[in-house]
Amino acid sequence: MAKIDVKNLYKIFGPRPHEVLKHAKKGAPKDEILTKTGHTVGLTDISLSIEAQETFVVMGLSGCGKSTFIRCINRLIEPTAGEISIDGRDVLALNKSAVKALRREKMGMVFQRFALFPHKTVLQNVAYGLNVQGVAKDERQERALHWINAVGLDGYEHARPNQLSGGMQQRVGLARALCTDPEILLMDEAFSALDPLIRREMQDELIRLQKELHKTIIFITHDLDEALRLGDRVAILKDGRLIQVGTPIEIVTNPADDYVRAFVRDVNRARVLTAKSIMEKTETLPIHTSPREAAKIMTLQHRALGVVVDNDHRYRGIVSMAEASAAIKRGENDLQGVVKERAPTIGPDTYLTDLLSLSADSAEPIVVLDDSDLYLGTLSRSAVLTALAGKSDIDDNHIGSDSKGLVETPEDTGAAG
Amino acid sequence: MDVVTSLSTWLRGCLSGFGIITREFPEACQIPLKEWTNSGLKSLVRNYGDIFDVVNDQILFLLRKIEGSLLALPWWLVILLIVMVAWHASRSRWLAVGLALSLIIIGMFELWDDTMRTLAIMLIATTITVLIGIPIGILMASSKYIQAAINPILDGMQTMPSFVYLIPVVFFFGLGNVAAIFAIFIYAVPPMIRLTNLGIRLVDAQVVEAAEAFGATSSQILWGVRLPLAMPTLLAGVNQAIMMALAMAVIASMIGARGLGAQVLRGLNNGNVGMGLEAGLAIVVLAVILDRITASYGRRLDYSQTA
Repeated sequence: MAKIDVKNLYKIFGPRPHEVLKHAKKGAPKDEILTKTGHTVGLTDISLSIEAQETFVVMGLSGCGKSTFIRCINRLIEPTAGEISIDGRDVLALNKSAVKALRREKMGMVFQRFALFPHKTVLQNVAYGLNVQGVAKDERQERALHWINAVGLDGYEHARPNQLSGGMQQRVGLARALCTDPEILLMDEAFSALDPLIRREMQDELIRLQKELHKTIIFITHDLDEALRLGDRVAILKDGRLIQVGTPIEIVTNPADDYVRAFVRDVNRARVLTAKSIMEKTETLPIHTSPREAAKIMTLQHRALGVVVDNDHRYRGIVSMAEASAAIKRGENDLQGVVKERAPTIGPDTYLTDLLSLSADSAEPIVVLDDSDLYLGTLSRSAVLTALAGKSDIDDNHIGSDSKGLVETPEDTGAAG
Repeated sequence: MDVVTSLSTWLRGCLSGFGIITREFPEACQIPLKEWTNSGLKSLVRNYGDIFDVVNDQILFLLRKIEGSLLALPWWLVILLIVMVAWHASRSRWLAVGLALSLIIIGMFELWDDTMRTLAIMLIATTITVLIGIPIGILMASSKYIQAAINPILDGMQTMPSFVYLIPVVFFFGLGNVAAIFAIFIYAVPPMIRLTNLGIRLVDAQVVEAAEAFGATSSQILWGVRLPLAMPTLLAGVNQAIMMALAMAVIASMIGARGLGAQVLRGLNNGNVGMGLEAGLAIVVLAVILDRITASYGRRLDYSQTA
């Protein structure tokens, strides 16, 4: 069961939303409804589910309804129609006090303009949620201090918000939202008001915290780079409609329509694509394979290099066609004598941006290994370049060839191009 | 009952009156508001006179206490107390010294006792204004309909010539200080209500939304967020109320308020310009003191300014 389930959610702003709802349900466009009825359509037929512990980013330009969407989740804005359930419980059926209880116990929220209480100290701000819950003062302070330290603001607990910089204020906002230990974190353009460098810093902070905390985070942003960086999944809204939901890699490599395509055109693919998404898996050569057999397999696969693994499929190194031929001449029985660990190795979640220099410096393809050195795949330089250029389909099982190749056949180059 | 019968007679007369077009306004059409008001007031006093007496006694008791203690204290101690409050509010040496000097000048005018009497009346009138004005202001801020209903009443209270409501006040409380305090209250409460309403409405909507997002109840939001953040505007309201009250001091003396206003009135009656001037200057000094103190507190509570 999904943590948060949203079905056919509509929000129409104006004096008589329910009359206008009929037009919206028939699919009348937003502009037409506005000119005909004077009502603004905030959200149209949004259905999505958000899994527990995932960072779900809702992305769109201003006026697309993303802030309305996040406020529907905790009912700061009342949806006009549709269903929202959290842990299987119908949120829209709750009465006012039950909604308040839900907000107190399950949700924390971080705001674009911080929205700190200017008359309270950092400590009082962070402890506010507990204060509202009626937690005793000592416990309140202790827990608030813990979170102040966790966001790196130790020593500032008695400062007032207006004495802090923007980045620090938003750390207070984050600590305030986390202090009640909510399961769900709602972040409304939380980093948009910050300078680019500070924003980056706060994104790292959030990623770091999330690794420990495993909250269900709904993060609103208008910045695609931020969305792709933070999101486990990204939803793209346009004019109150849901255009696409998918992992960052799906969004970048497989945009649903021209709108999304235009968005992702300028995105830095190197920051989104990981080694896992562009690597190719070749047949491995067990260490006891005879050099002759190895050469045969490489020739059949049109490869100049073979990846050698031991009996437990652990990576041992690579062997080139030339080396295999030499071993055949020397009459060796296995690859023990020729295998070399000269290719660079990386983890599957390494971003393209972090392996570019590795790929440029190394004559050999990069080998992708998991935590226990099991072989996952290979990244040739041409695969890295095509992925960067955005021309290849990631699932295309093209063959990387390298300068050392003995068997550089026409088919080989064709597939790689 | 007689209100109902008189209303129906008037309506009947009014309807028949419209049958004839004449130069004179049809006599039957006139509204006898005068008579209604007077008979209404009479029945109020007749039926609830005891309540007015109790209120009168309570306020008089309080006034005597405050006036008594202000007059019992030695002049220099009073000055010291006021200077300390001013220092606490503003942390300004110059303000403290200036206030002390102007209070000494009042003493030199031989107006010390009258100033203390006026101060006592101001304190009580302002306290009543604050205690009644702030809750009404909060109520007004809670809904736009209540605001729409109260606003014209406040407009009326502020534009109605002040002599007009001196009459009913005397009717209820008789001549004297309590009547004066109520006259001052009616004059001073509109700005208090308006500025409370304004202050609460001006509180940053995002901050209120944040409190809501954490599940705060309406009263938690009111006491923990709205009122503290509205405090600078609220204190501006107190400040305005005090200024209004001082402006009423002379007029209130016409219905028996003692103090500086009475001195001005005596100067007016005797054609004694000097006497009026001295008392007038003392009122100005009092106004400056109370204004600076409340304004300084307002500034200190304004968190939107950088600390």
